[in-house]
Amino acid sequence: MSTIFGIPAPALYGQILIGLINGSFYALLSLGLAVIFGLLRVINFAHGAQYMLGAFAAYLLLNYVGIGYWPSLMLAPLIVGAVAVVIERTMLSRLYSLDPLYGLLLTFGLALIFEGMFRYWFGAAGKPYSPPAQLAGGVNLGFMFMPIYRGWVVIASLVICLGTWLLIEKTRLGAYLRAATENATLVQAFGVNVPRLLTLTYGLGAALAALAGVLAAPIYQVSPLMGSNLIIIVFAVVVVGGMGSILGAIVTGYMLGVLEGLTKVFYPEASSIVIFVIMAIVLLVRPAGLFGREE
Amino acid sequence: MAVETHYIPAQPKARTSTVVLGAVAIAALLAAPFVVYPVFMMSILCFALFACAFNLLIGYVGLLSFGHATFFGGAAYFTAHAVKVWGFEPLAGLLVGVVGAALLGLVVGFLAIRRQGIYFSMITLALGQMFAFICLQAPFTHGEDGIQGVPRGHLLGLIDLNQPLAMYYVTLAIFLFGFFAIWRIVHSPFGNILQAIRENERRAISLGYRVDRYKLGAFVMSAALAGLAGGTKAIVFQFATLTDVQWQMSGEVILMTLLGGIGTLIGPVVGASLVIALQNYLAAYDFPVTVLIGVIFVICVLIFRRGIAGEVIELMRRKAG
Repeated sequence: MSTIFGIPAPALYGQILIGLINGSFYALLSLGLAVIFGLLRVINFAHGAQYMLGAFAAYLLLNYVGIGYWPSLMLAPLIVGAVAVVIERTMLSRLYSLDPLYGLLLTFGLALIFEGMFRYWFGAAGKPYSPPAQLAGGVNLGFMFMPIYRGWVVIASLVICLGTWLLIEKTRLGAYLRAATENATLVQAFGVNVPRLLTLTYGLGAALAALAGVLAAPIYQVSPLMGSNLIIIVFAVVVVGGMGSILGAIVTGYMLGVLEGLTKVFYPEASSIVIFVIMAIVLLVRPAGLFGREE
Repeated sequence: MAVETHYIPAQPKARTSTVVLGAVAIAALLAAPFVVYPVFMMSILCFALFACAFNLLIGYVGLLSFGHATFFGGAAYFTAHAVKVWGFEPLAGLLVGVVGAALLGLVVGFLAIRRQGIYFSMITLALGQMFAFICLQAPFTHGEDGIQGVPRGHLLGLIDLNQPLAMYYVTLAIFLFGFFAIWRIVHSPFGNILQAIRENERRAISLGYRVDRYKLGAFVMSAALAGLAGGTKAIVFQFATLTDVQWQMSGEVILMTLLGGIGTLIGPVVGASLVIALQNYLAAYDFPVTVLIGVIFVICVLIFRRGIAGEVIELMRRKAG
């Protein structure tokens, strides 16, 4: 068996794959956070809860309505996005004129409500959700064995990230979004309905989180607390990447995921804190973040 | 000028009423253990001090720390370890907790003040989570079990803290000491500069203040006082566990302060009392406490941003004209 730095090669590749998968979720979630923050100036603490809601929507659709994985991939983000639109219209929109900290506190409260309710209804234990039949099993790549579903998650999240980036950088809607980020008053004066744009953006960000949740359901178990620990790591990812750039959020997400995977191979004790340590180093060396601008 | 002449006569009056209110409050606190279960009162005092320490940052410097559980729970571990394993006298054990929390505050604060506003909150949250992971793995915290059976010991070798009343009055003295310290900090020239930074950071910089040092100083003081609260809690309840270092605890102290009134001296005490009483009350029921805490958060942020004490003060100000 071949070894690299004294580590069996399959173990190394396996951890890199796990790192890529975790990185996919970091990227998807920090992307959503960055999109929301860019326009709304709100740090969406409920992002983890919305990710959890996406996974639960898929689980409930399957077990109570009999709707499978593929339709859920569309339906769950729509449901969670709709809930988010209601939240933005009724609550968040009242806070735009205030200190952004209130948005953080409001969404923190919402996250506690969602998690508390789902924990009350379904218990804290994780629930299994099988991958669809088309993606079950695995393939032997020659140098390692790869479960097909995991490969699919990496590819799907790359496509979603790229799609979101294209939406924001290359379409008319994205141009409005970017313009409103720079100067909302001016864009409104040109006849663009900025409040609706804000609502749409929050809905889109939440839908992205829900989509990540559906993708995650077959890998991690579906549980009420699956989002809360993840969101804190994603916050660290966002601090490292800086929220100024969409592409920066994506790249940082994957990079930190892989680094975390590698730490699991070489120094497992530190794997749960490595991302926070990297955050501390980045703060010392480049306080604005790797892709951030000083504000 | 008109405003000033109008305002000055009102001040001595406000001051006497504050003194009277303070005296009544202290008398009530002295009598409390004969009416209310002392352990419940001590729990309130510990969390009230914790919330006051947290409020020093959010209320007077405008920094929202989402990682204050690190200092509260960290000090609980340090004090518990010093008292139980090293056999320290309770006051010396508390000192270990406070110094430990201040050092943690120095590290976390140094990193966190490098970014502003919302980033500051995210950084403190992330570093708090990191500290919680370290506590889970470090041998001296005993992981999931925590440090159990911490002896209360004899204060200065004289007062037996195993007697509930003695423990209560010591806790009360610690609380009053911490509360008075915060009052002193807020009303000192240092405190005035902190408030200037909160109101307009750029202006404070242009006036020649080294804003970062003031922020870090306030952060370390807040961490040390949170540590005083955490260490006291470890001695009162005789254990230190992971619950005290996790982000949920950081969230709870934010709620206490928000509910009571950010930037008021008495608000955090009111908020902490209400939240602890509520948790105590709900412990007997099936209803999840987290949901209620979340609902209070949402209500406070949407319609009640001044908090209870803040609303009362505003009401009195309006009545006074």
